[in-house]
Amino acid sequence: MSNFLTSSIGKKVIMSISGLFLIAFLIVHLSLNLLLIFDNSGELFNIGAHFMATNPIIKVVEPVLALGFVVHIILATILTIQNMKARPVGYARSEQSNNASWASRNMFILGGLILIFLVIHLYNFWLNIKLPELGTPLEITTVDGVEMENAYLMVSSLFKNSVFFCMLYVLAAIFLGLHLSHGFWSCFQSVGFSNKIWRKRLEWVGYLFAIVIGVGFAIIPLYFLAGFAG
Amino acid sequence: MSENILKELTLKIWRQKDAKSKGRFETYKIHNISTDTSFLEMLDILNEQLVVESKETIAFDHDCREGICGMCSLFINGRAHGPDDEVTTCQLHMRRFKDGETITIEPWRSGAFPVVKDLIVDRKAFEKILQAGGYVSVNTGGVPDANSIPIANDKAEEAMDAAACIGCGACAATCKNSSAMLFVAAKVSQLALLPQGKIEAARRAKAMVAKMDELGFGNCTNTGACESECPKQISISHIARLNREFLKAKLQD
Ligand code: HEM
Ligand code: SF4
Ligand code: FES
Repeated sequence: MSNFLTSSIGKKVIMSISGLFLIAFLIVHLSLNLLLIFDNSGELFNIGAHFMATNPIIKVVEPVLALGFVVHIILATILTIQNMKARPVGYARSEQSNNASWASRNMFILGGLILIFLVIHLYNFWLNIKLPELGTPLEITTVDGVEMENAYLMVSSLFKNSVFFCMLYVLAAIFLGLHLSHGFWSCFQSVGFSNKIWRKRLEWVGYLFAIVIGVGFAIIPLYFLAGFAG
Repeated sequence: MSENILKELTLKIWRQKDAKSKGRFETYKIHNISTDTSFLEMLDILNEQLVVESKETIAFDHDCREGICGMCSLFINGRAHGPDDEVTTCQLHMRRFKDGETITIEPWRSGAFPVVKDLIVDRKAFEKILQAGGYVSVNTGGVPDANSIPIANDKAEEAMDAAACIGCGACAATCKNSSAMLFVAAKVSQLALLPQGKIEAARRAKAMVAKMDELGFGNCTNTGACESECPKQISISHIARLNREFLKAKLQD
């Protein structure tokens, strides 16, 4: 496996694996979050969040997830810098829109926007749960006799009280959807899992997945903003 | 198609004395060009005009002028080989342009393809990649008898598709990352699909990818721009095969 990591394809393979890993995380994250809009009492979401916070498997996965993000971002930066250097003199006129999708040409920008959102997102929620000394500690609620943090109250009050944050979260969902509209099929291509037939299938599943993720995450703040949660 | 005359065209052309000089765009006017003229003939006419005016002619690459050698290049109005899909510049005709239009003509832009003069770039990088492994290193005798080595039809078809690559460089020139993956994939695929080339497939994939990286081509991000500009319609499915071959080879190490 000598110099696998320094080769272009090797880096892309790692990029792809980290991307797939982040995709798996998104599926779990969205499924859980949708509990927010299926139960206005907040009990379902609180049970879900409590389960995630106390489950030993999740405890192990959390640092791996963080590593996944770090690897993805570092490699994305290295690849992007190398790619910019590969064309020291640019074209005076370039009509790229004719031959490649906008998302595929702007993965780094989309990723960067997602990263900015990620920082704000962690500050909004994660900080209050993990480092209550630095944020606002969560209230305690009791569901079926079990004491737990009222994560539902934290999320719903942010969205009910701030149009700005609602819009920010909707925008981030759109960026994530666009990132995935190229990223999904791309990570299969990068590990060589594609041919003439599978490419069409992967592209379609990718578009579908991008829409599910984009709409799925966007719908949550909009639900609270529209007053459906009371 | 009836012949029409383009009364006036404005040409913005990259001029550069040699590899070391700084280049710049020069603007030229050209008159009364038939729409049946090929793009390169139009440049020939411009050069004749420059000779009459005792000016230095514009250097550009060309050879067969029938779409088979891969010598012609040119980034025309922001597209490799101009506005048509699936053709080389020598197959492009002036009927694709409108009277009064300004046409921007640039050389391939890629660190690995340095400009030699005007619109000519040095594409030796592709040859170096081929020299690294794009061959079968056994001395064969004469042509084997037909059907003595059975090859499945779909394999033969795919290998033939990959073999259509003429090494023009449009893929790397158009790719936002200046990646040469489509070219390398075509060469690796073509040989890996056939029994004669299969034996060395692992060594070939590693050597050619290493050379491609060393020469400063960028990393593929699967945008697919190469395939839509390739005059020979090489599919990026070949890039998936190259990724597979490379991974397999590295796992065997
Ligand atoms: C939850 C968040 C994210 C998910 C699910 C995700 C997913 C993906 C996937 C699946 C790919 C395709 C990998 C491949 O082509 O092999 C990809 C590519 C990419 N990602 Fe992300 N990503 C996320 C966040 C980010 C962030 C924060 C950045 C960076 C700053 C970023 C930058 C990139 C870039 C530049 C590419 C293209 C690289 C390439 O195609 O070679 N991504 N992403
Ligand atoms: S793959 Fe297509 S665009 Fe690239 S060098 Fe070969 S023929 Fe030209
Ligand atoms: S001159 Fe030979 S392909 Fe154009």
